[in-house]
Amino acid sequence: MMLFETERLTYRYGNVTAIAGLTLSIREGSRVALVGANGSGKSTLLRILDGLYFGETGAVRFRGEALTEDRFAGDEFAFSFRRQVGLVFQNPDVQLFNPTVFDEVAFGPLQLGWPKPDVRQRVSEALDRFGIAHLRDRVPHRLSFGEKKRVALASVLVLDPAVLLLDEPTAALDPRSQSQLIDLLVEWGGGAKSVITATHHLGDLEDIADRCLVLDGGRLAAEGAPAEILRDRALLERSNLVHAHRHRHRSGEVHSHPHMHPGKLDPGD
Amino acid sequence: MRLLDRPGGFLEGNIEALHAGLERVLHAENSAARRGLLQPLDARVKVAGLLSLILVTATGKRLGTIAALFALAVVLALLSRISFRVLATRVWTGTLVFTGAIALPALFLTPGTALYRVPGLQWTLTSQGLTTAGYLLLRVATSATLALLLVFTTPWAHVLKALRVFRVPVVFVVILGMAARYILLLLETALEMFESRKSRTVGALDRAARRRMAVASAGVLLNRSLQLSGDVYLAMQARAFRGEVCLLDDFAMKRIDWLALAGFAGCAAAAAWAGR
Repeated sequence: MMLFETERLTYRYGNVTAIAGLTLSIREGSRVALVGANGSGKSTLLRILDGLYFGETGAVRFRGEALTEDRFAGDEFAFSFRRQVGLVFQNPDVQLFNPTVFDEVAFGPLQLGWPKPDVRQRVSEALDRFGIAHLRDRVPHRLSFGEKKRVALASVLVLDPAVLLLDEPTAALDPRSQSQLIDLLVEWGGGAKSVITATHHLGDLEDIADRCLVLDGGRLAAEGAPAEILRDRALLERSNLVHAHRHRHRSGEVHSHPHMHPGKLDPGD
Repeated sequence: MRLLDRPGGFLEGNIEALHAGLERVLHAENSAARRGLLQPLDARVKVAGLLSLILVTATGKRLGTIAALFALAVVLALLSRISFRVLATRVWTGTLVFTGAIALPALFLTPGTALYRVPGLQWTLTSQGLTTAGYLLLRVATSATLALLLVFTTPWAHVLKALRVFRVPVVFVVILGMAARYILLLLETALEMFESRKSRTVGALDRAARRRMAVASAGVLLNRSLQLSGDVYLAMQARAFRGEVCLLDDFAMKRIDWLALAGFAGCAAAAAWAGR
């Protein structure tokens, strides 16, 4: 069954087109990476899939049902959708608006009307699981970036959504935090959940996804398995995901080859 | 926080002021968590009680009654561990500056018994003018002190929830909630901007450069903080926020809350009768 489908979807910020006639489909239970350079439309697409933005033209469907502004006006659909789909924003600061870390993680469950003893228990479990139990009474916006990111992730995963949308989850994290976060996401739900991750970190692709959708200028430039996408150097260069790295050897010879951060291209590169 | 590097500089001054602003915003939450007279009371009692006192202050016709309410507000603040210094710097200075500017012409324009003539200006200070200005200043200072009592003794989320209990429309409550978050974001964004500018600035800025920077910063800040606060609202929606404020703590009236409610009602009724 298809989890999400978009059909000739268009979205604009004023005169700037972010999504340009995008047609794609994402299967239930899949782990998909939305890959693209900055400005390729990844974050906008995630917000559309989360029912926060609505396309100007075209259609978006979630499990076969149209995602429209009218449908979100009703509490029943809105609560049911929010219970199933969680979005972790790129900037954790926008997700932290409560006075304490505990309140922050409890925000979603309370909005969904969970019984309060359950909320307390689930929040405590989530804080333990993300290693942030010691921060429970701290003011969220005074935490370090890595801690904020963990709180933001805990505040969404506490809802145990069937579908998780992640916007650049490892951006601006130190290598150790990046690897811990990826381990956590890989383990989450035992692999039975659907995870859609927007990223331009090609090095993470094979860990976080079994299928990649490459976006370029709001359009689908390619799709395929991570290894397949990583092998297509012309596609990566065209989509600004790798760049020519120029350096001088001791002999004086100037050498240039494709380069990305961190590198995971063929060893021969 | 005090910056040791060129304490008199334009950028340093702004950074220090922004740090102080952030501290002030966070001070309200810290103050609400302290042990004091009003802090443990049910938020609904404080909203109803303090708003009724503000209403009586606004409609009172006797200076003595308003002065008594002002004294009551100060006593309540001190018993709630809000210091005299906080009241003076956060409330009364602003009241004096902004309301004083509005009240000043009334001193001279209100006809009545002359008290003093300003030499060389032909302006006459009248007794009635002094009374009018006194009413305005005292009313504003009292109302602002009472409002500060609510904000400094109650977590902001509880104030919003209590407003919903009193059927204040969802839109209004959401706007209030977002306004608080917007102020914090604005301060944080401004702080980052000035710190980043400082890291790239060598030497002192001349007056023209300061002006240019202030104008450019204001525009960029407004845009950035508007965008960020829009994103905050989206993040709230993404976690099922529909306008209702849901909290882990349920409101429950205890004996002390009923007593406090009776106390507020008694004070408001007495002040309304005395000030009629």
